[in-house]
Amino acid sequence: MDNTPGNYKRKLNIPWLFEMAWRDSRRNRSRLFLFISSIIFGIAALVAIYSFGFNLKKDVDNQAATLIGSDLAIYSNKPVNPPMQHLIDSLGDRRSQEKSFASMILFPKSGGTRLVQIRALQGEFPYYGSLETTPVSAGTAFKKGKMALVDQTLMLQFNVKVNDSIKVGNVTFLIAGTLNKAPGQTNVASNIAPIVYIPMQYLDQTNLLEKGSRINYNFYYKYDHKVDINKLTKKLEPRLDKAGLNYDTIDTKKENTGRAFGDLTRFLSLVGFIALLLGCVGVASAIHIYVREKIASIAIMRCLGVKAYEAFLIYLIQITGIGLLGSVIGAVLGSVVQHLMPLIFKDFLPISISTDTSWMAIAQGVLLGVIISILFALLPLIAIRNISPLNTLRISYENLNLLRDPLRWFVYLLIVAFIITFTYFQLDNWLASVFFTIGIFIAFLVLTLIAKLLMYLVKIFIKSSWSYLWRQGFANLYRPNNQTVILIVSIGLSTAFICTLFFIQSMLVKQVALSASANQANMILFDIQNKQEKDVADITRTHHLPVIQQVPVVTIRLDKINGKTEADLQKDTSLKFNKYVFANEYRVTYRDTLTVTEKLTDGDWVGHATKKGEVPISVEERWAKHNHLKVGDHLTFNVQGMQVATKINSIRVVNWNKMQTNFLVVFPKGVIDDAPQFHVLLTHVPTKAASAKFQQDVVKKFPNISMIDLGFILSVLDDLMNKLGDIISFMAMFSIITGVVVLIASVRISKYQRIQESVLLRTMGASRKQILAITGIEYFFLGALSAATGILIAFAGSWLLAKYSFDIPFNANMLPALLLFLGIGILTILIGLFNSRGILNKPPLEILRRDV
Amino acid sequence: METILNITNLGKTYNSAGKTLAVLDNINFSVIAGSTNAIVGPSGSGKTTLLGLCAGLDRSSTGIVELNGIKLGELSEDQRAQVRNQHVGFIFQNFQLLPTLTALENVMVPLELRGEKNIKTRSLDLLDKVGLADRGHHYPAQLSGGEQQRVSLARAFSNQPKILFADEPTGNLDAETSEKVVKLIFDLNREAGTTLVLVTHDLDLAAKTQRIIRIKGGKVVSDDKTILNA
Repeated sequence: MDNTPGNYKRKLNIPWLFEMAWRDSRRNRSRLFLFISSIIFGIAALVAIYSFGFNLKKDVDNQAATLIGSDLAIYSNKPVNPPMQHLIDSLGDRRSQEKSFASMILFPKSGGTRLVQIRALQGEFPYYGSLETTPVSAGTAFKKGKMALVDQTLMLQFNVKVNDSIKVGNVTFLIAGTLNKAPGQTNVASNIAPIVYIPMQYLDQTNLLEKGSRINYNFYYKYDHKVDINKLTKKLEPRLDKAGLNYDTIDTKKENTGRAFGDLTRFLSLVGFIALLLGCVGVASAIHIYVREKIASIAIMRCLGVKAYEAFLIYLIQITGIGLLGSVIGAVLGSVVQHLMPLIFKDFLPISISTDTSWMAIAQGVLLGVIISILFALLPLIAIRNISPLNTLRISYENLNLLRDPLRWFVYLLIVAFIITFTYFQLDNWLASVFFTIGIFIAFLVLTLIAKLLMYLVKIFIKSSWSYLWRQGFANLYRPNNQTVILIVSIGLSTAFICTLFFIQSMLVKQVALSASANQANMILFDIQNKQEKDVADITRTHHLPVIQQVPVVTIRLDKINGKTEADLQKDTSLKFNKYVFANEYRVTYRDTLTVTEKLTDGDWVGHATKKGEVPISVEERWAKHNHLKVGDHLTFNVQGMQVATKINSIRVVNWNKMQTNFLVVFPKGVIDDAPQFHVLLTHVPTKAASAKFQQDVVKKFPNISMIDLGFILSVLDDLMNKLGDIISFMAMFSIITGVVVLIASVRISKYQRIQESVLLRTMGASRKQILAITGIEYFFLGALSAATGILIAFAGSWLLAKYSFDIPFNANMLPALLLFLGIGILTILIGLFNSRGILNKPPLEILRRDV
Repeated sequence: METILNITNLGKTYNSAGKTLAVLDNINFSVIAGSTNAIVGPSGSGKTTLLGLCAGLDRSSTGIVELNGIKLGELSEDQRAQVRNQHVGFIFQNFQLLPTLTALENVMVPLELRGEKNIKTRSLDLLDKVGLADRGHHYPAQLSGGEQQRVSLARAFSNQPKILFADEPTGNLDAETSEKVVKLIFDLNREAGTTLVLVTHDLDLAAKTQRIIRIKGGKVVSDDKTILNA
């Protein structure tokens, strides 16, 4: 051998490194697998979501035509003017028209009433796909007579059958069939606003198209000859835009639906990614302990001549292999779980989703799993480079501080860069990705700080007067090599997810239910015509119900703001109005006083005015802020064809949470009092029976009037929250399972660490019961602290959401939180005790021998 | 006579709680190739630290360690690793076998690192020499203390080292087993012509070597070369 220092290079023997990695893993494989199993459920979540996303995109592409039902659809929320009507009538080889609006229907057989979405249809629509009905023939047959298709939820709810009848306005229709699915309709939408199809030719007879009613006009076209629809719509677009009409083609529908669901799957994948990150933190913690245990072996290898980077590579290969195995198992699990996704999301999907295995999703999941397990394992692994061979002679304290390597900052940087990049691929926005990463970091930091604080409190809380069992059980929470922080982070975050969901759901439902109390309004009657106003009030009083409020509503549009029109807004980007400010229709009222839910924040209230000069109006604060409007600004409204010049005289803050009619714009009395209008009446119904009886009576006498009662809103809200809750719980499940796996892994790791101590205790005469008690106390408090941290965070999160997002009083339901707390506490004890049974059931000597 | 190990003005200090602690101070001696040497001294005298420095497991604070003509202080840790692999064999008090490798694989590791061929046969021969030919596939945990130390011996001689360092090789063994292991160490050493440096506080064991270096408080207090010079 050449003795000069420059010639000590040895060729890297890659096969030998693999062989050593394989050999070294032999006695640890189950443990290594346990470490890496923390990422399995995160990978499974992502692969399931990716597969779902790929299938969704494919299915949207394949089924886009049935979503729209035609080659071209044009939509308007106001009657089309004659020149536009001329254009509309000139399009397509075949055309259909549909008018849709909300209205009450009556089931004469039972007397039941319900607010539904009426769709009056003329023509062969849909040209692609079909109105899915039972019997199948009803989908086309209903147009031939006075027949209707009724949504299946309504049929079930009111226990009606095909060939029974329903009354829509003044006309009674025979139910030709049950409507199972309309083109593009989701279950959620049909639950909130169930559809009833009727033939257009009977619409006038229903007398439902009174002025003021909100009607949507839809036109559907089919081209039998070859037409470039995109070229056609590009040509039509300026005219349609000018007239305030929207359109859809198969391609735009494909694009919009694809984008909407793309956003959904990207959002879900971020949730899945959090589960994966939780698992990775678990992996890093486990590998850290693994490396500590390997110090002696690594030192021996170094003694025998293994170089620092070779030792590092041996364990990197091991972790990569196990990471690959974990990722593959996660990907396989994800491919199985993806079969559940269409079931979980079925109510929110307008199309049927296939569950084909997506190799792309599997490849992405496996790649992601391997990269992230390596990245997080690198933190403890880089410390291997610094393990001195001197440890064979004596374990040095300095070498035990594995995390003091300056290279760890580079690894942190890699991890942050990876999270930002991954998030960018989901969000397509660097800034949002950085904020998401910061959010994750803060969440982890907060959880870690809370964990540290709790550990500190436990430490100072322990009294020397306590029995040994309690002191030992508690001390295990903060002594060296404890798993408290990692468990509080993983279980705490999962608990926070679930608990926030429970809190918000209960707060929203409670808030709606609260407004039903006492004499507050819990039923709204709208679309009351001028001539019906008095009669409706009378019928309300006949039913011994109070007329809490009766308000006129005028539908108007905004033409100018300070002389600027919609065209100016499009040209001048410096104008700060909301882009929909001119497109929207406004339902306004006129009155001479403020209501109890309103308070002036600026300007003066004017209750009366004349048509001469500018009309002093009052606008709602948030709307004004959103459109950069202030007192003194000039708004010109189009009131049913007549230009009315107004000036903002006051700005009001409105409490929208009360069930009451509230308005963005309020006119003074004396200006629009004679404009075409409808009225809204608010009352309070004391019971369900009284509500049903009242609704029947009103619908029978005034079929055009629509009614919403709070019971209905509550049931819809509850249903919607339950469905959303299912999805959130499903996603949170991955985090929870990851938390449980991390818990099991941590318990197993601590079992190896504490085996000597427990054996020593048993050797010194501790009974099985005493060891059991120490373990039980430790794990109960570990679970309890984790759950308490999650619940604390859920409290804070729900409070913030309630205050800033929902604007409702914070009023958390503690029962689910308590159940969650107990559940997690008990689960942690069970896992802890189950995993410690080896120490408890076997003689000390056997364990000592086995674990030499 | 060829010198295999040359120690000049060797010192080692540690910093602990802001104070400097001198563990070894101005140590000087040379070891002749093929000789057997014992470093003896009470607990805490610095003998294990001295062994670690001689074997290139650690860097000295002052002085020079020259092993087989190579000045270890000038080498990086990875270069020293290669020196150990090429020239040095180790025997430890607590055997220090890799627990996840079988007895045979433990013996093979130094040879594998050198990229040598036919290592299995050679390793099996060595196991045979220490009387464990039939235990090659056993893991350390499945072997008794004496058997583990014999595997450790086979491993130490597997790379045909020029110098063998032994740290309390019988410290964890009973008297009968100790005797057998000591016999093996000296037999194999003689057979291979290896230099032996052992650290012990067992004076009977030390007496079996040709030279006894006594250290106390980090200094050499006596260097008995009687037998060596005889």
